[in-house]
Amino acid sequence: MRNNPGSDSSRASPRGSTLAVFGRLLRTLFPYRWQALGAFASLLLMIGANLGSPLVIQRVIDSIQAQLQSGLHLGAQSFDWSPVMRGTLILSGLALARGVFNFLQNFLSEKTSQSVAFDLRNQIYTKVHSLSFSYHDRAQTGQLMTRATNDVELVRQYMGQGLFQMVTSAFMLLGAVGCLFYLSVPLALLVCVIVPFNVLLLLAFMKAIRPYFGSLQTTLDGLNDRLQQNLAGIRVVKAFSRSAHEIQQFEEVNEDYRIHTLRFINSVSKVFPATFMMSNVQLVLVLGFGGNLVIQDTVSIGTLTAFISFLIFMVMPLMTIGFLSGMMVRAIVSGERIFEVLDTSSDLEDAEDAQDMGLVFGRVQFKDVYFRYAGQETDVLRGVNFTARPGETIAIMGRTGSGKSSIINLLPRFYDVTGGSVTVDGKDVRDVTLSSLRSQIGIVLQEAVLFSGSIRENIAYGRPEASLAAVIEAARAAAAHDFIMDLPAEYDTEVGERGIGLSGGQRQRIAIARALLMDPRILILDDSTSAVDAETEQTILKALNELMQGRTAFVIAQRISTVREADQVMVLEHGRIVDMGTHQELVRHSAVYAEIIQSQFKDGAMEPDVDASMTMAMEGQVS
Amino acid sequence: MSRATSSFEMAARLETQKAADLRETGLRLLRRVTSYRRDLVIVMVAMTAATFAMALGPAMIGWIIDHRILVESATVRGLIPPLLLLTANYGMQYFGFRYQFYRMGALSGQLMKDLRSEIFAKIQALPIAYFDRNDAGDLMSKLVNDVDILNQFLSQGFSQLVGGVFRMLVFVLVMFFLDWRLSLVILGAVPLILLITTRLATMAKAAFRKSRQSLGDVSSELEEGIAGVRVAQAFNRGEANQERFQELNRANRDANIGAVSISAAFAPVIESLNALATAVLIGLGGWLVLQGHATMGTLVSFLEFSRRFFFPLQEISQQWTVLQGALAGAERTFQMLDEEVTLVDRPEAVAIPPVQGHIRFQNVSFAYNPDEPVLHDISFEVPAGTTCAIVGPTGAGKTTIISLLGRFHDTDSGTVSVDGRDVRTVTQDSLRRQIGVVLQDNFLFTGTIRDNIRYGQLEATDEDIYRAAMQVEADPFILQLPEGYDTEVGERGGTLSQGQRQLVSFARALLADPKILVLDEATASVDTRTEEMIQQALERLLAHRTSVVIAHRLSTIRNADMVLVMDQGRIRERGTHDELIAMGGLYAELYQTQFRGMGQYNGTLPATAQLASGH
Repeated sequence: MRNNPGSDSSRASPRGSTLAVFGRLLRTLFPYRWQALGAFASLLLMIGANLGSPLVIQRVIDSIQAQLQSGLHLGAQSFDWSPVMRGTLILSGLALARGVFNFLQNFLSEKTSQSVAFDLRNQIYTKVHSLSFSYHDRAQTGQLMTRATNDVELVRQYMGQGLFQMVTSAFMLLGAVGCLFYLSVPLALLVCVIVPFNVLLLLAFMKAIRPYFGSLQTTLDGLNDRLQQNLAGIRVVKAFSRSAHEIQQFEEVNEDYRIHTLRFINSVSKVFPATFMMSNVQLVLVLGFGGNLVIQDTVSIGTLTAFISFLIFMVMPLMTIGFLSGMMVRAIVSGERIFEVLDTSSDLEDAEDAQDMGLVFGRVQFKDVYFRYAGQETDVLRGVNFTARPGETIAIMGRTGSGKSSIINLLPRFYDVTGGSVTVDGKDVRDVTLSSLRSQIGIVLQEAVLFSGSIRENIAYGRPEASLAAVIEAARAAAAHDFIMDLPAEYDTEVGERGIGLSGGQRQRIAIARALLMDPRILILDDSTSAVDAETEQTILKALNELMQGRTAFVIAQRISTVREADQVMVLEHGRIVDMGTHQELVRHSAVYAEIIQSQFKDGAMEPDVDASMTMAMEGQVS
Repeated sequence: MSRATSSFEMAARLETQKAADLRETGLRLLRRVTSYRRDLVIVMVAMTAATFAMALGPAMIGWIIDHRILVESATVRGLIPPLLLLTANYGMQYFGFRYQFYRMGALSGQLMKDLRSEIFAKIQALPIAYFDRNDAGDLMSKLVNDVDILNQFLSQGFSQLVGGVFRMLVFVLVMFFLDWRLSLVILGAVPLILLITTRLATMAKAAFRKSRQSLGDVSSELEEGIAGVRVAQAFNRGEANQERFQELNRANRDANIGAVSISAAFAPVIESLNALATAVLIGLGGWLVLQGHATMGTLVSFLEFSRRFFFPLQEISQQWTVLQGALAGAERTFQMLDEEVTLVDRPEAVAIPPVQGHIRFQNVSFAYNPDEPVLHDISFEVPAGTTCAIVGPTGAGKTTIISLLGRFHDTDSGTVSVDGRDVRTVTQDSLRRQIGVVLQDNFLFTGTIRDNIRYGQLEATDEDIYRAAMQVEADPFILQLPEGYDTEVGERGGTLSQGQRQLVSFARALLADPKILVLDEATASVDTRTEEMIQQALERLLAHRTSVVIAHRLSTIRNADMVLVMDQGRIRERGTHDELIAMGGLYAELYQTQFRGMGQYNGTLPATAQLASGH
């Protein structure tokens, strides 16, 4: 619940927005209105069949009683069997109708709700793709997932069942009251006096259990969190010998949860059976008054029997409505959360008069660029000025938080500057369409994200139509071809969640190949060789050096070895460029650069993993 | 309906479960339930009272109609006593239900609590090897789900299932007592209902399997789409991804609708057959009454019975599938509880007194699997207060050495001793309390930074915490965080960078102030200056302690009093850095090939300048 994405959007008053959300949920049904109406019609017919049965039973019983009283029953041949026969046939017909219409109602409403869920999920997915990096910096994957799955499911359940059942219950109640008055006005009045007590009892019931819903779930979540943490950190727990303490803490939340549950069950067990008791007391009263009326011959025994049957329709619908109102509240909360995502305005869209970028030459200019991440209080970039000429390689150095990543994120316009401008070939990136700009920029992010699918599909991610030859060429350039050929199905090997696991270095090389296949005019490498060993790094760099020819390239790197060959090295500190020049120039003149170099070579501190190099050295020796 | 739907799904999930195992698990679960004897007796008594009251209600109504209403001499006054009796009957039903429900809830709450505690304690007792075999996340989701569904079943399902069966039996008893012919009409519908619903359930299984698979596709596509949204935007893949998602989403919707077309028939079938039974009841009952073979009151009683008789049937069929799910969950849970704890303190084990820190491995061999030995005949000594660095390729056995030292595993042969005491003769707790471990992944717990540093030393004062943080240079960055030491670090320390997490875990280890420090150096990609800070912190951490370090940094190796070069489970070379270089063996060669041009210049500027030009 913390860090609601888009929580900064102002909210309307709760009551107003609840109604508005409910209205909006109803509108999601609109495209499927015929199905929904079909469900509704089936529902009315089902109610009709339901309410009709006791009336038929009443007729049959009264005809039997009439015959009994007139003494016609004494001989097997003499009684009139036909009213009973007719009643049985009508009841059988009604029974079948109940089944059929109940099924249709169920099926159509479920089908409608599935379609609504389908639409909502599509909308969320589409929205997620159109929201800017700023949004995704703040949103958490898990939360968006929850909205697209759990929240949509809660809304779906309500739309599929809750909504229709609530309507059913209301109609059932009204219909039953109508039937009661039709049968006997005095008895109906008696029931009408009792019904409000039912309502009161149900309200008391809801009130008694409501406080528990939230707190029970919270305690359970707390319990599960503890378990999860403990499992995930079990090695630390054991290393610090903290088991006894952990057990004791768990015992506390565990007992807490038990007590909570017990209190909840206690309230429910008091009130829930009371609703049955209420209905039974009603039955006793009807039997007493009604029985008296039968004795006085004011109503028939059939009417009394039908009355008893109708009593169930006085209690069940009320209970259903009570329970479903909880479901409705949850659906509305979920709906609100879904709409919150859907209503987030993308702060980064094509300007209305945005033009196509046209073929890029690769001249990149930052003019007095200021930048701050949304929700932050300090600027990350503070007056950055530089020009990269077409074909140049610019290395960017600086410590964590100095603004390196921000510079390269502004270039494909993942964020908008807060001051100044970023231009490519003299055009402000805000004046051109995002797709024409980004399609000419190849980018390798620090964390190499691969998608489920084959290696080939991953390399061809930005150009799905690329030929295998082109894919292989890109892989070769990224020094990935050799290890790919060693994989079980070579380029068709599945990777990602359901595929084989690749090492960080391997993933990184595939990400580089992916960027290269775009044949971009501008290439951005965000510390993309950090996860590979020294030897592979050299191979990649050599390949990249050739590829960077004729392209403007931005390279973020930690290692001096990586930046030596750059045309310009930019040294960032606290969001400002403190030095810029070639490696040779900086070695001579820049104190900060010298410091960085010194720290790197002291005792070989930044030397890549000794393990990896050692493995290679030893493999040569031992085998 | 939603519950019927989900129970269908559950049934489909269970196909692979073996019936015999489930029966075994069921019995075991039942034994647990019956061990809460007092609650169970009350539940049984309450249930019996409630059920008989429920069955007697319709019978009493019939009697009242026959004997107090439809008789010539009927008066209002005559009605009152039986009505009072009926009210009393319903009162008994109320209290029966109330205590059945409450006591069963109390019982299952206690049972679940005890089970959770057992599970938790078991997790603490299980050897690390268990968690090597089972992924924590996987274990977690299984455990939570299993316990959850078990809870759901015990708190509601169990009493509905047992109560439902019992109620039907009592109803049959009372009905046969009243009129066996009409009873047969109602009972006749039962096999029909069972036949049709089991048919439907079989059909639904396949449909729900399809729906579940397609849901899996949808959620993994969704997850990937959200997690990889930056790459998608960078590569302009928005539209293509949306199309792909819509396709999967549509397949899921269609599969769901297919499944619903079957499951939506479930309740209507029962309802319809119930109503049909009522129709036949009216026909046969009417004939019997006209014939004088039955009374009007009996007919009315049976109309009431038919309304109540089928209700438990729906409940039972729903709970039956919940039961199967719960049993599968219980089986996995019991399996975990049955897991043998191989690493237990010996009965004669004593707490090890405060140690000096002299470590000795003597002819130690070890294998995780019998046919894949990891360590062969390892012997070495680390005198108190010195640092031992272990280097070697992945799979050389380095990590195994440090887990043997903390006795996270036991050796197959040979001994590991601390201050001359075999680690197997002392309690694990007392041993580990004196060994600080810094692991590669720098796991932090949800909570404040303060809590995390305090983790190994609960009595530490705030002053102690600040001092520890200052010593490892973590203090400056912590103070820059919005709430300083009280900043919440989020799940698994996710809000901190790798370097920061490492510094916090150093502070944690330092505060625990162990005599022996075991450290698995991380090789995270951190920027140069953070790396420098980490090195300095490390030096302070290692000073004046016996330490065993799996080393990745040349600086660490150089400062070590002894370096063990390991390969394939054997110590290949040992000595100080300088000795090993002089020896001209494996280590020297590695050093030559990998550190050429760097180490010997000892990090002065001319060297780098030379490097820069000379490559």
